[in-house]
Amino acid sequence: MKPGVTAPPVAIREVTKTYGRFRALDAVSLDIAAGEFVTLLGPSGSGKTTLLMVLAGFVRPDAGSIRFGDTEMVLTPPHRRDIGIVFQNYALFPHMTVAGNVGYPLRLRRIAKAEIARRVEEALALVQLQGYGERRVDQLSGGQRQRVALARAIVFEPRILLMDEPLSALDKKLREQMQIEIRQLHERLGITTVYVTHDQREALTLSDRIAVIDKGRFAQIDAPARLYERPATRFVADFVGESHFLPVEVSAGVVRLGGRPLALGASSTARDGAALLVVRPEKLDVIDGQDTAGLNRIDGVVEGSVYQGESFLLQVRVAGGVRVTMRQPTRREALRRLPGTGEPITLGLHPEDTILVAAEGTP
Amino acid sequence: MADSAGVPIAPWRRLWLYALGVAIVLFLVLPTVIVVPMSFGNARFLRFPPQELSLRWYHAYLGSIEWRDATWISLKAAVATMLVATPLGVMAAYGLHASRLRMARLIETALIAPLILPLILVSIAIFFLYARLGLNNTVTGLVLAHCCLAMPFVFVTVLAALKGYDMNQERVARSLGASRFVAFITITLPQIRFSVFSGALLAFITSLDETVVALFISGGDAATLTRRMFTALRDEIDPTVAAISSLLIGVTLTLLALGLVFGDRRRAGRQP
Amino acid sequence: MTEGPNAGALAAAERGERRGLFLLCTPAVLLISIVIFLPIGWLFALSFTTEQGGLTLEHYARMLHPAYTKSFQTTFELSFLVTAICAALGYPLAYLMSQVSAVWRAMIFVSVLFPFWTSLLVRTYAWLVLLQRRGLVNTWLQETGIVDEPLRLVHNFTGTAIGMTHIMLPFMVLPLYAAMTAVDRDYVRASASLGASPLKSFWQVFFPLTLPGLLAGVVLVFVLCLGFYVTPAVLGGGRVLMWSMSIERSVAVYSDWGAASALGVVLLVVTLAILWVMNRLFGVERFIGAR
Repeated sequence: MKPGVTAPPVAIREVTKTYGRFRALDAVSLDIAAGEFVTLLGPSGSGKTTLLMVLAGFVRPDAGSIRFGDTEMVLTPPHRRDIGIVFQNYALFPHMTVAGNVGYPLRLRRIAKAEIARRVEEALALVQLQGYGERRVDQLSGGQRQRVALARAIVFEPRILLMDEPLSALDKKLREQMQIEIRQLHERLGITTVYVTHDQREALTLSDRIAVIDKGRFAQIDAPARLYERPATRFVADFVGESHFLPVEVSAGVVRLGGRPLALGASSTARDGAALLVVRPEKLDVIDGQDTAGLNRIDGVVEGSVYQGESFLLQVRVAGGVRVTMRQPTRREALRRLPGTGEPITLGLHPEDTILVAAEGTP
Repeated sequence: MADSAGVPIAPWRRLWLYALGVAIVLFLVLPTVIVVPMSFGNARFLRFPPQELSLRWYHAYLGSIEWRDATWISLKAAVATMLVATPLGVMAAYGLHASRLRMARLIETALIAPLILPLILVSIAIFFLYARLGLNNTVTGLVLAHCCLAMPFVFVTVLAALKGYDMNQERVARSLGASRFVAFITITLPQIRFSVFSGALLAFITSLDETVVALFISGGDAATLTRRMFTALRDEIDPTVAAISSLLIGVTLTLLALGLVFGDRRRAGRQP
Repeated sequence: MTEGPNAGALAAAERGERRGLFLLCTPAVLLISIVIFLPIGWLFALSFTTEQGGLTLEHYARMLHPAYTKSFQTTFELSFLVTAICAALGYPLAYLMSQVSAVWRAMIFVSVLFPFWTSLLVRTYAWLVLLQRRGLVNTWLQETGIVDEPLRLVHNFTGTAIGMTHIMLPFMVLPLYAAMTAVDRDYVRASASLGASPLKSFWQVFFPLTLPGLLAGVVLVFVLCLGFYVTPAVLGGGRVLMWSMSIERSVAVYSDWGAASALGVVLLVVTLAILWVMNRLFGVERFIGAR
């Protein structure tokens, strides 16, 4: 398998799909570069799976264009799209062996028997299942089934690989291990990949870029770090990672939280009016007179604390009555600085981490 | 199995339930089974246990051209019905299941209707139609009529199987390069084969056993076995019918066993 | 219509796919429409038509004649009786099936399915042989001294009822069993753990939960009885005249298509009305399809 030689870029343009009055997809457009790993991230019912099914050809949109390279594919039936797909429930063929499953797309392409055997073994080796060819599907564990489904989807060197929540049926440990393997496999094969999940951590781990989808529209399309550090909307900030929102006022370019001005990072600008300050627990620090100049200060009262092993959560009610959570690693000197329940506290937030999103109802 | 018991009653207190159960089971099975030993009697009047064992009534059956012809017609019709009704039923079930047709509900009702409509009305209606088409007393007419009665069984069994089948498998197959037809033949069909087989078996038996429609539309050279048996029963108790009945019971048991064997094989294939 | 790129072509492709899938259903639909629906519609029209082709209700008016009303009465009496006996026998059997171990369950299942699969005529014949004047049942009754004279058990109402019960029982047991296995055992256990006596938890919890299955069986058996022909014709020996036989005679003996059609139409309407009402009230449909 030659890495990424034939992988074309994918262009999705104004794809719309309605079910009765429900708009599952509302004129969405997305460009995927050749060999890129893009994740569609969203809650259930957001339209992410519908878009994947449109790409695969199982759902016919009402309108829109899908191009692989220069070729319009939206009217092409699934079996001529040259797409590998992996479903959440694996959808292995129970009446065939592992080799039968993996060899199925090759048999359809009338490839010689010896060649099929060689490529099946090669694909199984890629997913670390050498020698499993003669096993029956029902003799495999969940993780092994997932690998077989993956091998079957890549064995015929498809142009694009689609994955629909492939890991959600696995337990946490196995899921994290498979994430790494999928990432490595992608780097090795360079195959253009579209991955659907509702698990934001999985999306951050795997993707080159993440397209957050909500109510049939893209809320933000960005690389993982940028998506996390600079969420564009309240929805994105809320869905990706943990966030608290503090109402702020912006006038003449100055942001004020309860009357106190906040410094913004170099790349941030603010429009006048009401806005929300996005506060992530791990970005907060305690200000206790040490070297904290330049941090934005937020006053509050400690309401409670939770010990979680590797970190310590502090619930703080800040001015305006909003409760925020602060996360501190459980290092000795960090813990020593924490005030007890009922005591006042001043939280520090770095200007570069001071993110504003539009308030509710103002898009 | 105290664990599966819904209502915890002590076993001795439900003795009457077991006794009643045995009695009902005997009521269900015995009357039919007892015909078999009786058919080996020799007398003009059948007794149990038979006084003297003989194959007299089997000879009478095999020696009669009329009975043999009727058997042949029935078998021909049953096989033809199975061969026509099975693909039609499977096609309709798949078409209905795969589509999101607005008329799906209507089509489903129409295809199940022959199971619900009073058979006597269906019989005279077909008789009435065939009189105008010249199809009465023909095997073609018989097969067409039996297909209508047998197809719903295939349709219902296969539709139920498709509802329990993971259509993602067919989707995967299509993405891997199989056209819809190839995906159905290579992936879906092998997995619903047991239901298709059951449906076909039901279609065969439906045609073989069907009496009322045959009474109206089959006659002369194309009279079915059931039609001749019915006439023989209404007029007098002909012991030849006992021999034929025993043979039919044999056929039923064979088919039931076939069904069980195929069922077992399927289940065995699922176990690790 | 949706606007946007390729909207027209996509809509056309969608229509094409729907048409293709619909085409798969057409042979079956067409066959049944031509062979069954068309002539039934024809008979329906015939039932309102005079020989000269004018509109009339005379065929329906004639059904008030005692010869017909007697057959309706017989039909309903037999159907009620057979349905009641089937329910009384079927419920305990299905209950037993849901309670015993897998092996016993399988054995009862086979004994219910065996008659279900055996030819109707064979079973009817068996009862004819057993119940006749010098048949097995009478011989046994006399030998054990229960009766002195052989009883008239066949070619009458009794014989017909016995035979019909035997034929109909599986139709009662199968939906009942389906309903009973669907009952969540935890409800029953919960009621028992709350201190209800076994009898009480049966009547107050288990029985109500299986009621839809019972109703499904009752509807199915009753409706099948209404139009039943073969067994009453043979075991009734011409003395038990059912609705279905009135229809058969109108056609075979008198070639009176007007009367036959009217009788058939009313039978159809009664059947559909019962099915419709019960389905509306209790949603019994899912249990009828359960076998």
